[in-house]
Formats: sequence, structure tokens, C-alpha cells
Amino acid sequence: MNMKKKIAAALLLCSLPSAAWAADEEQTSFADRLNDKYGVEMLGFIEGRLGSRLVDDADEDTLSIAETRLQLRLNRDFESFLVQFKGDLLADAVTEEVDADIREMSVSFRPTDWADVKVGRMVSTWGTGDMIFINDMFPKDWQSFFIGRDDEYLKQASNVLKTSFFLNDWSLDVVYTPLFQGSEYIDGERLSYFNPAAGKIVGESMVMEDSEPNSWFKDDELALRLSHNFDQIEANLYGYMGFWQEPEGMDAATGKAAYPPLNVWGASLRSPMLGGIGNTEFGYYDSTDDEGGSNPYVRPSEFRFLAGFEHELLPKLTQDLTGSFQYYLEVIDGYDNYEQTLPAGMAARDQYRHLLTFRLTKLLMNQNLNLSLFAYYSPSDNDGYLRPKAKYKLNDHWQIDGGLNLFFGEEDYTFWGRFQDNTNAYIGLRYSF
Amino acid sequence: MKKKILLFSLLSLLVAAPAFAADPSVDEIVNKANLAAYYGGDDGRAEVNMTIKDSQGREREREFIILRKDKEDGGPQFFYVYFKKPSDVSGMVFMVHKYTDKDDDRWMYLSKMDLVKRIAASDKRTSFVGSNFMYEDVSGRNLSEDTHELVKSDDKYYVVKNTPKKPSEVEFSSYTVEIDKKTFLPVKAIYLDKNGKEYRIVEAVKTAMVDGIPTVTESKVTDLAAGSSTVSKFSNIKYNIGLQEDIFTERYLRRPPRKELK
Repeated sequence: MNMKKKIAAALLLCSLPSAAWAADEEQTSFADRLNDKYGVEMLGFIEGRLGSRLVDDADEDTLSIAETRLQLRLNRDFESFLVQFKGDLLADAVTEEVDADIREMSVSFRPTDWADVKVGRMVSTWGTGDMIFINDMFPKDWQSFFIGRDDEYLKQASNVLKTSFFLNDWSLDVVYTPLFQGSEYIDGERLSYFNPAAGKIVGESMVMEDSEPNSWFKDDELALRLSHNFDQIEANLYGYMGFWQEPEGMDAATGKAAYPPLNVWGASLRSPMLGGIGNTEFGYYDSTDDEGGSNPYVRPSEFRFLAGFEHELLPKLTQDLTGSFQYYLEVIDGYDNYEQTLPAGMAARDQYRHLLTFRLTKLLMNQNLNLSLFAYYSPSDNDGYLRPKAKYKLNDHWQIDGGLNLFFGEEDYTFWGRFQDNTNAYIGLRYSF
Repeated sequence: MKKKILLFSLLSLLVAAPAFAADPSVDEIVNKANLAAYYGGDDGRAEVNMTIKDSQGREREREFIILRKDKEDGGPQFFYVYFKKPSDVSGMVFMVHKYTDKDDDRWMYLSKMDLVKRIAASDKRTSFVGSNFMYEDVSGRNLSEDTHELVKSDDKYYVVKNTPKKPSEVEFSSYTVEIDKKTFLPVKAIYLDKNGKEYRIVEAVKTAMVDGIPTVTESKVTDLAAGSSTVSKFSNIKYNIGLQEDIFTERYLRRPPRKELK
């Protein structure tokens, strides 16, 4: 498809939600009928989304996002258990594909008073970070996050068995993933990235290939969380046995990117403090194949640390303005070994990577207009990522949003710097039913 | 003339005095009103339908179920709010552990990301879900934040004037509450802005006896300054349903209590 055709197709796709306008009344009554007759709750939305790169990227299309998405949620409560379904149908003009994505298909039940079970496909989240994940090893979709899809899509659904045990004020969550899934990372197909082998930013012409672990019950993951509240302080211990969520290694034989094994051990605290909410989280990323940092084909082990604080700003002057701040530190364990065995010509990472995040949220017009800015900035890498966004609810069904994804960096091989050719702007129109 | 006025005042004081003498103290009145408004039964649930009307007459709907459990009358309480409408927030949960001696604990559960977010509780006087109700209207304003004065007592109502002890922390200079003498339900509150002008009215539009407990079944907040208003209608109200305390924990944020919400 040439560019003009793509844009025409994108416009057509984006105009689809307006068809929902006409169907509004009927849909409501259909949903009601479904609920009354079969006890099935139906919800969902249809949306169009269009975006463009703001910088010239020789490796990728100008169009960063152009799609129509239909999401359908169906829930049925069978007294002793609950069945939930959430599916997306996506017509994507950038990849020229129609995709179906099941975001939830699960059964929840309570075998005894002290245990909950949920099995199937679902999204899972824990940990205390805001858009920074240390002990949350559940799959993410960074591509969606970077091109302006709703925040919801940062979390990918995965097939798991989730069991939670409750004893007095203690709880233990056990999430078993029989087959490792991994995160949707930036591989060049739609967003460009820095390829160390090529020594430059590459895109469509050099899509990263990986070999995913694919053996059920062998390439599995186990994530644990132990929680307890000490008065107002929420304390958690975490454990994870599985793989790096992105291909942080290389298969020397095939030259393909690979997912090395990884264990993570961590802890977090979260509590109200000084009129706001404070949080801190720690994790040790034990990259078991790294040979103390001297295996050049595997990302070395790391210490990760996070401290954050959120507070309402200028409470006496304004309303609904909140600010939050986080400091994040990544330290390479066995840095000397890492540096010594690094292949010639490859830029070494710093031993300490410092990252700051800053969030400002302002609600206006009876909370129908939400203006927000989320910023990542690393003083050690001198790179960052800004996410200004505006969302306006026209009424209870219609919502319009728009924003920017701005990447910058001094070097093109650092964490954010490698995405700098992907800076983009987007708008979206959604009808919820 | 002056003497006449003085005499008249003295006389009216004599006449009015017996009525005052029969009245409970203002502390007793506000305590009883607080219990009547926020502590009916040991626990309770209600379905709430909110209609928010802006100054141009545009309407928005909110529908949620609210569960409440008291730890002790007049003391700490738990609230669990499960959103049903509009559809983009359906499945979202808002939870509060209310305290009378420190800031409340608040959580938000965003079901679409399975995210339990803790939120700061300092902004009690901001809008609840974009309506004209404030967080404090929903869970109650701490009695110790104001000084109370009984300004009027007729055959139906006590009228209590409340003046904030820390005026810089609120947007009003004072508010006056009419309290029903029979039920002790506050039926109307009028807020004055910093210039002493009426700008906000919270009123009980309809009340009824539910399970033997006087209950507000429809309430309305009018923002005179902004020209907007919100009406809340309460239905399927039940008291003393035996809500367990653990419903108000993270376990039930992630797995809403289906039986109790039905």
C-alpha cells in the first residue's frame, strides 16, 4: 500500500466510530436485553486512532498509528464462579493487518474462605512504581505505550493460573505461567531502535529476530508476592523465577536474540506520608547465565531501586492538581567483568543508571478534561521521554484524546535515546457502550 | 427607643429560654446528626444514581454501589464504592478507610490494568467523580474541624452554624445546617463563601424509613456560583447485612464481593 492509500484507509477506519452514534440507542437496549435474559453484562468501546511521526525517520513510515479498535467485554456471574471475557478486534493500517487479541478469558472462584483462584488469560499487575516496574514481571507492550494507545495497553494479557491465599492479615499470591510470553518490545517493525550489531538506529529493514522459549511447563514462570499491612504501611516481598521479559541475550549459534533465564527477588513499602503517598521498592535481578557479568551474550545481573512520592500540589490555591516524583536506580552487578568481556566496538552501559520521573495531572471542567504530563529523564544517560496528554469526555459515551510521545537523547544507543526517531503525535476518538 | 428594644430583647429571651433549655447541647446535636447521617446501622449498602447537570444543562450519569461498615459509631468507618456507569469506568473501585484522628486511607482499583493505586487523602474538598458532591459530603466531615453554634431552634429544626477552625484549608467561611428534630438527619446545609455569600447548598430532597432507620433517599447539591447541580438517588438500601471487615481490603479490590454487590 502506498502512503496516500494508507492515509485514506486510516481516515476511513477512524470515521467508523461515528457509525456508533447512530447505533447508540439500539446497542443500549441490546446490552440490556442480554443482561435481563441471560445475565450477561456487555460493555465495550469502538475507537479510531491516528498519529504521525514528527521527525524524519528514513527507516519507518511517517504514519505511527492508524487503526480502528473494537473492544467487547462480557461477564457472567454464575454464583459460585465468575466468567469474564474481554476481546479486541483491531484493524491496523500501519501493519496492514486485522488482529484479534483476547485480553481476558478467565474463570474466578473461591474454593475455600482463605483462597481465591483465577485461571485463564488476563492482565496482572503489582508493585509500587508509576510506569516503572521492578517486581512486576508480567508482560508489557511498550510498542502500544510509545505510539499513543490507551495506557491500558501497556499491560499485555497472558495465560496464567493465579492463586491467592489469605491468613489473618497476610496474603500470598502465586501466579504460575505455564509458557513464558515476554513483553512486546521495540523490534524495528513499526518503531526504530538502536541495533548494537549494526551500530546505528535501524527499522523495518532490520527487524530484530528472536527465539522465544516455547516449551509448555518447561519454559514456565512463577511469580510470588507476600503482603502484609503494618498499620498504614503496605509491605510486600516478591519472588520471580523465569526469564528476562525482553530478549536481553543472544544465541551465539544462531545469532538470534534470546531470552536468558532470570530470577528476581525484591521488596516494597507504600504508605501515606507528609500528606501524600510515599513508596519504595527494591529488586535484585539475578541473571543466572551471566557468569558474574563475564558472559557477553547475556545481560548482567542488576540491583534496582525506586523511591517515589505523590502529593496534591498547591491544595489551597487550586483543585485537582497532583504531582508525583520518582527516583530510580539501576546498578550493574559485576561491572568489571561486564566491561572486560564486552565485544569490541560496543558502547558500554554505565554501571549506575539514574532515572527520574515526574508526573503532573490536572483535572478541569468538572473532571471531564484531564491534562497530564509524564516525563522520564536520565541524568546519567542524558536522555528521556515525555508524554504530554489531553483527554476530554464530551459526554458519558464520547471521548477525545491526543498527545505526544517525545524521545530525546544525546547518544543513540542509550535507553531512551535509541527511540529518538520515533517521536510522534496522535489523536483518538472513542465511543464507549 | 433603645430601652424599648432592650426590654423587648429581654422579654423575647425569657419567652425563648424554655425552648432552648429543653434542647440538647449543640455538641449533642451535631454528634447525633453525624450518627444519623453517616452511621445508620452497623453497616449498609445502597445503589446510587447520580445525575450531574452543568450550567448549560448538559447531563452526565454516574451509577455505583456503595458498601459501608462502621468500626465504631462516630469513629472509624470503611467505604467500598463499585462503579457501574459510565461504561468507561465500569469495574473501577474506590475504597476508603476513614479515621477521625488522622488522614483517611484511600485506594483506587483500575480493573483494566489490574492496578491497585493508593491515593493521597489531603484533598477532601475536591469533587467526587466530577459531581458537585465533595469527598467530605460522601464520607462526612470530621466534627472536630469546626466549631458549632446552635443559632436557631424551632418546632421542626435545629439550625447549627459551623465555622472552620482552619479557614485557610477550606473554600467556605462557614456553613449552616438544618437538622430534623425527630430524626436528627441534616436536611439542608448552606455554605457561605469567603465573602459571606451563599454559594453552595446540600439538601436532603427525600427521606424514608428503611429497616427502621431514617434514611436520605434523594439528595441534591447545588453550586450557586457555578450554576451546576447534582442529584443522587439511592435505591436498594439495606442495613445490618453483616458485611465482613475483610471486604475492605485489597483482596476485594481485585475481586469485587459479588454477593454483597448484587
